[in-house]
Amino acid sequence: MSPALIAALPFLGAILPGVLIRTGRNNTAIAAGLTSGLALLGLLLHLPAVMAGEVIRTSFNWIPWLGLNAEFMIDGLGMLFATLILGIGILVILYARFYLSSKDPAGQFYTYLLLFQGAMVGIVLSDNILLLLVFWELTSLSSFLLIGYWKHLPEGRQGARMALTVTGAGGLAMIAGMMILGNIAGSYSITDILAARDVIQSSDMYVPALVLILLGAFTKSAQFPFHFWLPHAMAAPTPVSSYLHSATMVKAGLFLMARLWPVLSGTPEWFYIVASVGLLTMLIAAKIAIFKDDMKALLAFSTVSHLGLITFCFGLGTHAGVVAGVFHIINHASFKAALFMTAGIVDHEAHTRNLQRLGGLRKLMPVTFTIATIATLSMAGIPLFNGFLSKELMLEEASHTAWMANDWLVPVLATVAALLSATYSFRFLWAGFMGPVRDDYPHKPHDPNFGMWASPAFLTVLVLLIGLLPYVADQVVQTAANAVVGGGLAPVHLAIWHGITPALVMSVIAVAGGIVLLALYRPLRAMWQASPRPEAKDIFDWCMARCVALANGLTAGLHTGSMARYLLIFVTTVLAVGFWAWSGGTQGPQTREMLPVSVVSLVGWIMLVTATLCVAAFHRNRFLALVLVGIVGLVISVCFVYLSAPDLAMTQISVEVVTAVLMLLALNFLPKVTEAETSNFKRHFDKVFSVLAGIGAGSLIYALMMRDFAFPSMSEYHLANSYNLAGGDNVVNVILVDFRGYDTFGEVIVLGIAALVIYALTEALLNGTGSRKLIAWRPDTLRAGDKHPVMMLIATRVMMPIALVFGVFIFLRGHNLPGGGFIAGLIVAIALLMQYMASGFAWTQARQKIYYHQLIGVGVLAAGITGVGAWFNGKPFLTSDFGYFKLPWLDKFELATAMGFDTGVFLGVVGSVLLALGGLSRLARRAAAPGEEHAAHILAEKPEARTVADASMVSYPQGTPVPKRWLTRNEDGSLEDRDLMERDKHRDTNEGDH
Amino acid sequence: MEALVASAIGVMTAAGVYLILRLRVFPVVLGMTMLTYAVNVFLFASGRLAVNMPPVLREGVDTYTDPIPQALVLTAIVISFGMTSVVVMLALGAFVEAGDDYIDLDGEAEK
Repeated sequence: MSPALIAALPFLGAILPGVLIRTGRNNTAIAAGLTSGLALLGLLLHLPAVMAGEVIRTSFNWIPWLGLNAEFMIDGLGMLFATLILGIGILVILYARFYLSSKDPAGQFYTYLLLFQGAMVGIVLSDNILLLLVFWELTSLSSFLLIGYWKHLPEGRQGARMALTVTGAGGLAMIAGMMILGNIAGSYSITDILAARDVIQSSDMYVPALVLILLGAFTKSAQFPFHFWLPHAMAAPTPVSSYLHSATMVKAGLFLMARLWPVLSGTPEWFYIVASVGLLTMLIAAKIAIFKDDMKALLAFSTVSHLGLITFCFGLGTHAGVVAGVFHIINHASFKAALFMTAGIVDHEAHTRNLQRLGGLRKLMPVTFTIATIATLSMAGIPLFNGFLSKELMLEEASHTAWMANDWLVPVLATVAALLSATYSFRFLWAGFMGPVRDDYPHKPHDPNFGMWASPAFLTVLVLLIGLLPYVADQVVQTAANAVVGGGLAPVHLAIWHGITPALVMSVIAVAGGIVLLALYRPLRAMWQASPRPEAKDIFDWCMARCVALANGLTAGLHTGSMARYLLIFVTTVLAVGFWAWSGGTQGPQTREMLPVSVVSLVGWIMLVTATLCVAAFHRNRFLALVLVGIVGLVISVCFVYLSAPDLAMTQISVEVVTAVLMLLALNFLPKVTEAETSNFKRHFDKVFSVLAGIGAGSLIYALMMRDFAFPSMSEYHLANSYNLAGGDNVVNVILVDFRGYDTFGEVIVLGIAALVIYALTEALLNGTGSRKLIAWRPDTLRAGDKHPVMMLIATRVMMPIALVFGVFIFLRGHNLPGGGFIAGLIVAIALLMQYMASGFAWTQARQKIYYHQLIGVGVLAAGITGVGAWFNGKPFLTSDFGYFKLPWLDKFELATAMGFDTGVFLGVVGSVLLALGGLSRLARRAAAPGEEHAAHILAEKPEARTVADASMVSYPQGTPVPKRWLTRNEDGSLEDRDLMERDKHRDTNEGDH
Repeated sequence: MEALVASAIGVMTAAGVYLILRLRVFPVVLGMTMLTYAVNVFLFASGRLAVNMPPVLREGVDTYTDPIPQALVLTAIVISFGMTSVVVMLALGAFVEAGDDYIDLDGEAEK
């Protein structure tokens, strides 16, 4: 099986628990187990080859220009770790099936677990440090989910956050370190990096890279002083603890040190940092573990201690140290996972894991006791158990290690650490299982069913097997350690008896001392209680609180809620950057002649500049400002005509009309004058900045216009192919509907979304608390005496068909002459808008049955379907086709599929404009309508909503959308529609009242 | 001609920037409209100016102005209408709900 597939399998399998959870927890667990099993099988198929010294590789390009490729490899080290991860994963899946209660969401658990498993396998099989980093971060994230699995427990959430913060921060440091490493080596491939030892170690950046990478490894593997997160992560369910915190995740840091051992180790920096930190961690954590009453906390600190041991072994930088480290990884994974599961069993059965409240479980839970004894004695380093073997190797190495030319310091400290380790091991066993049976357990304990103890039992079998017959592990350790050191390792021979060696003496001292200390436990504990102990969690919480306060202060300082300030900052920044770019750059020579200025254009310019300055000067008079803005818009339209842009001119002038209507509708509500409330200082200040911005924009475009294109423009292509490829003469329209049809498609959708947003806002206003305010609203200006003047009414009604025909004309000619869907849509929208303005909303609404939402939807669909049509011709989305046709009595004319697309644009624009303005006018109507008829807006637009809104309307015969006040109630109680003219009259008198 | 267009863009930008720095909604909307004009003309002018050369293919004519900025600006004009109407609607909603048309959260008059 491909290494990539092995890493991918758990990720793929992570879907299964979520899907299968409805069929029961057994199926979920089986699916998860089978996934892991399949991956393990695939892995083990490579075992013979890897044992023979081969490295299995597979790779495919991901982002080659970044150096990020999906490169995987299986070597001895990867094989060992992946086997541990997948193998213990299966045991944990089995154990968790019986551990989790029926209330726990097991589907989530297995999904998280498999995600984590995939990330871990990814780490150990990566042959690219960037890929490794991706998986590294994935383990942080998935372990966050697992630690915080019991979401209802605050400790779980806090522990998860702490773990994520610490490992995440370390991960960031490591990313930097890896980048440096990759840059020194010139490649991100691990194989290449491992071959570049001399280059890397002689580089100036070696120490920074080393420190940053070690930060990542130490935080992940809970090395001092980052060890504090691990005990807090014990709030996780026990299967998680035994998986993440004994066998896998915390070993990721060790894996990394092992993986990069050939390039990073062997220097004094490596020895003094790694070995010292490892030794210190081993000591401190072991000391703390002795005094923990919670079984899991004791095991957690013991784990930290053992991780320190392995770190120490790798830190020595010798081949024998690596062998000891690798061997202890295997041994620790086996006995510690078993111990965690045991603690979980005790917790599960006795409902407590507090050693003070336990004792005597030996008689009540004989099976669990047996498992615990084997695993604990191995942890204590008693001969015939596997922990003894690797601890011997470690002590042997320690016995001839000098620290700063000091021969005895390291051996003594290592012995003390081993002694403390023996002490807490004995205490775990003694306080938990020995002693008399008690009668005050929270719950009467007894052995669990087979499913629950099967996994730890299997692990203890391994403990005994390796402990009694060490040579079975020879080959495994040999292969893995050889991969760590990069080949050339002397054959490994693991044995129980090496003769009377310093290590044996140290071991004996440790075990004997452990027993002595256990005997002296009470006075020791009193001393411990009396001594000051810094609580890492408090320090961590304090740091977090400071960070949060700092972030809050910064945010509050920057984000004051004053938009004017943000905009000022924005303008200032743009100006500064612009100035910086201008002052630092050079300008090419002026290459274009200025076009002559005609009289008309000069007049236009004067109008535009005057109107613009007046807008700024008189903006407080809002109506005047609106009229002035209109002038600017009109001059710009004319300017477009003059400067060869007829399409733009038509668009601009139509948009100008709808914008004016929009602004007037808005101004209906808003105050008509703006009070002067800024100080003179701010006004002058703003003026300076505005003028600077104006000068900047003006000179930039002037400089641009006076020079030719720096690069050949792609317009040439469009001009040359507009007719040949798309059959259109109007290049602007062809670009819109054909060359850049995708953009236009998106723009129509955006416009539709904007209209729907307005509709939603209107609904919220009409149905929320704003509704009452609107009803109570009184206009602050005089209303026109005649709301619907007859002249305008007649004129618009006569104009309507003409305008529609004109719209169709503009639409049809669009492909070859100025026009097209956008412009035609605006024209038709204006024609309809005029009816609303002249005859009133209700009159118009009652006479047309188009829902603008649907129009938008139909428009987008039409454009989309036209685009999809190209697929049936085997062309990409939105490829257009065209042909020429001849009908009798008519000239030859052209039909292009782009027309279907343009129809979509047309419908979308009509719908959006009318829906947007309709929303505003509904607000105006609400404000004008009498209070009791607050449902009128819905009635007018959605006939079917009427029947729901008011039961008295159910019998209304025609389903015409009319408000209630248009109905007359007959004497027999039935409702009857009034005459249309009368309705309008009624409505007008109603409005006239206000 | 270029000088006229450039100075007009400059004036419109200046007016737009000045107006968006006001504290009430309406001037800010006006300011955005002015900025929209300025930006649209700016984009259009980046295709260089040309008189009597509309990009509509005709027999015997082979110089046309740059059509791409025109196509870009055409959709920009329509989209800016959509944007303006959303902003106006938001402003109206805020005005109706809050009773004033300040753009600042706390109604702070001075910065």
